[in-house]
Amino acid sequence: MSISPSRSTHPRRVALFVTCLVDLFRPSVGFAAIKLLEDAGCSVEVPPLQVCCGQPAYNSGDRETTRAIATQIIDAFEGYEAVVAPSGSCGGMLSHHYPGLFDDDPAMKARAENLAGRSFELMSFLVDVLGVEKVAAHYDGTVTYHDSCSGLRELGVKVQPRRLLNSVEGLRFCEMKTPEVCCGFGGTFCVKYPEISNAMVGEKSADILNTGAQTLLAGDLGCLMNMAGKLQREGSPVQVRHVAEVLADMGNLAPIGAPDEGKR
Amino acid sequence: MQSTAHDFKDNVGAALANPNLQESLTMLKVGFSERRRLAAERLPEFEALRDRARDIKNHALANLDFYLEEFERKVIGLGGHVHWAPTAADARRIIAELCQSVGARTVAKSKSMVAEEIALNEHLEAIGIAPIETDLGEYIIQLRNEPPSHIIAPAVHLTKDQVADTFLEHHTPLGFTKRLTERNDLVAEARYVLRQKFLDADVGLTGANFLVAETGSSMLVTNEGNADLSNTLPKMHIVLATIEKVIPTLEDAAVLLRVLARSATGQESSAYTTLNTGPKRAGDLDGPSAYHVVILDNGRSNVLGTEMQEILRCIRCGACMNHCPVYGAVGGHAYGWVYPGPMGAVLTPQLIGVEEASNLPNASTFCGRCESVCPVRIPLPKLMRHWREREFERHLTPKAVRQGLALWGFLARRPKLYRRLTGIANRVLALFGRAEGRYGALPLAGGWTRFRDFPAPQPGGTFHSQWARHGGTRTRP
Amino acid sequence: MSGSHDDARAQILGGIRRSLHRGELSGGPRQAVEARLAAPPRGPDVARARLAQPEKVELFCQWAEANNATVARVAAGDVPGEVTAYLARNNLPARAAMAPSPQLDGFDWAGQKMLSLRRGRGEGSDQVSITGAFAAIAETGTLVMASGPEHPVTLNLLPDTHIVVLREADIVGGYEDVWERLRARYGKDRMPRTVNTITGPSRTGDIEQAMELGAHGPRRMHIVVVRE
Repeated sequence: MSISPSRSTHPRRVALFVTCLVDLFRPSVGFAAIKLLEDAGCSVEVPPLQVCCGQPAYNSGDRETTRAIATQIIDAFEGYEAVVAPSGSCGGMLSHHYPGLFDDDPAMKARAENLAGRSFELMSFLVDVLGVEKVAAHYDGTVTYHDSCSGLRELGVKVQPRRLLNSVEGLRFCEMKTPEVCCGFGGTFCVKYPEISNAMVGEKSADILNTGAQTLLAGDLGCLMNMAGKLQREGSPVQVRHVAEVLADMGNLAPIGAPDEGKR
Repeated sequence: MQSTAHDFKDNVGAALANPNLQESLTMLKVGFSERRRLAAERLPEFEALRDRARDIKNHALANLDFYLEEFERKVIGLGGHVHWAPTAADARRIIAELCQSVGARTVAKSKSMVAEEIALNEHLEAIGIAPIETDLGEYIIQLRNEPPSHIIAPAVHLTKDQVADTFLEHHTPLGFTKRLTERNDLVAEARYVLRQKFLDADVGLTGANFLVAETGSSMLVTNEGNADLSNTLPKMHIVLATIEKVIPTLEDAAVLLRVLARSATGQESSAYTTLNTGPKRAGDLDGPSAYHVVILDNGRSNVLGTEMQEILRCIRCGACMNHCPVYGAVGGHAYGWVYPGPMGAVLTPQLIGVEEASNLPNASTFCGRCESVCPVRIPLPKLMRHWREREFERHLTPKAVRQGLALWGFLARRPKLYRRLTGIANRVLALFGRAEGRYGALPLAGGWTRFRDFPAPQPGGTFHSQWARHGGTRTRP
Repeated sequence: MSGSHDDARAQILGGIRRSLHRGELSGGPRQAVEARLAAPPRGPDVARARLAQPEKVELFCQWAEANNATVARVAAGDVPGEVTAYLARNNLPARAAMAPSPQLDGFDWAGQKMLSLRRGRGEGSDQVSITGAFAAIAETGTLVMASGPEHPVTLNLLPDTHIVVLREADIVGGYEDVWERLRARYGKDRMPRTVNTITGPSRTGDIEQAMELGAHGPRRMHIVVVRE
């Protein structure tokens, strides 16, 4: 139905890496990802033994815990043609950082490299790998897009979401002045250095408001929760959503941090 | 200089509450990054040059002893002197003795971060020699008795009005009693005041951007020309440089120069790039009669061969701090020592100890913008992460963080238990947050909710519980 | 604290070798770095440094002007006249310190009755200097000054206004071409005491990042390119 890939693609056996924030806070992002992947001809599975990619330990300097978690993820995603995450930072962890954890263990390093070679961020997988050029979705309003850091700088996610958003009916796009500057989330950074994080997200929210957009999109839930929390604390009416939700025509869901009117 | 890196969090609070600083940082964030981007776009070969710049510095580091000896041989061959300083104290002593050997009363200094690193000014003042900073930015902060806040723009934290007040206060005794309002007038007044000091100085002291082994030349890159006056007018020129500044050849210098100015200020070329090779020659009408190079180690040789080695490629362009959102929020003084921003967050713990500087490599979101603009492709986030690993290994990570991590790590390795607990957390957070969709305050999350609302989970349970409910057969057998 | 000079030297070099897990370079590795020093490899080609001579001259003039220098292109016979006219145009005194160089002496300065020239090094009170240039770099509009009895460094730095007489033939593509010329002229191991490469007038961005000209060196730079 909604997706018309530019070239014929064979169904692929794809594993979804849900990510812990999507699992806990915003399951609709996972379902949106599955819909986009299935519409592009993939068969999607969700390996049950996945938890977190290990970034909290990795970025806190706890290498041993990181290796244990990475080993578990490598086991969980064994055998899939592709592993796709609706997050640039988690996708980047699998594809850019796992191999370096096992420099002293050639067998595990080979497995980590194997996983790295078939791990993707969702937007990049849809556009760069599957050749998806447009989606059949509708969204009324002006949106702006924040480039989350890992997706942008580690994985080169920049044009892909914009290209797909361009095909959403009713959607008008409007760039921020500095969409590539970090929002100040940074995982544990935002609670370890709350004042700096607040200064960064404050600047980001000002940039967002200056665009006049009614909706803010991004590809990483951590950044989205940070920016949504700031916008809402400032009393801004800007709605915040994961880009996959809009592309999967799920733009009618309650935005992040807003009450679910339907179930109130 | 005395470090306040251990007070990083207090420094941050002060920086965020300083309106002049915040005004200055607003200009910095837009200006430097935009100029660098345009300069890089104008040179199609820029990315290839960055690759080569990285390779050149790696080659120089792998053969550092050879190139230092070669450099020394060439300097001596042309009548110059080379002094070796293992520590900061050695460098201070050598420079003091050189100054005293010519009876120096004043030293014209060109901006040198290494001189800041070894607290040279304080040492010279203590023995009755007046160091005069001649770079405009350094001159301004010397008058204000402040440390530099940026490695190439030391007074970038100040506004024009603050400079005007400083000049009025310090130049009034010299007869300049009018408070100036225009930048060009401020520059002209400083030029006039400093010109006489140049002419009177007994010693000129400069740093070096590069030491060229092939020719025994020290290479200096500036815009003002103050370094050139420092190494031309006084009778003695002292170059203070650290071991990693040596590069093999002039061809290598050409590559590094092409990336340096563009990365630093977005200029195609800085106004002055100068090669100095030995003292005044027979027949020369000007130039110093004595030329000394002080080569300082100060712990750098210990970094070679370690996972931190890549920081020794740094050519001090400042691009990492110009693009760092943390630096952009708090400025350079918050870092508490000589080198701020991402390169400082990696280098400072090495030079003054990770206990003192433990916050610096932690105060980063790992956004990676620094690495993306580094002309010699230093993986700064990776190196900051290595510091965090060393802190963790040495149990320097704060207790609350360690305990939280231990609990989280325990759960993350037990998926079934993790699912049960996240299922409960999801339901509780969703239930109590249902009316508003978010929390204004949450226990244990004060760092977040002090400044931001905390979004409540969507109702309906975790993703995995929903998936198991209606899609179980499609999961992996 | 270290003891003598030799101890300090040995301490640093020894520390480097320990960290690199090797002794002093020897054998093949040493020969490799010696060969690299003897025949320095060039970096990636920069297309705009590889133009034909007429385009190099054009590019040099463009970049020099972009960097706030002014450029006049004249025939050899018109050089003294252009200098006098420039000074008059800018309300500058017709008095200059000139580099004692045979190349500059080759122009007919005596024909400029109003112009008073002093040959020698620069002094703090000089308002105008006139020098030649060893070479110039098209890639960035940069002048290259080699110090020596015929070209005191102070003339490049002290006066408010620096007038540079540059022959078209001395405009080269990039830095590497300058290095070749320096080696050819002075010998591979014997650089002039000072090589100033100068791109436009002195400047500073130290107050609010706004570029202001004339920080410590000349505020004005006028380049007289001599047509051939």
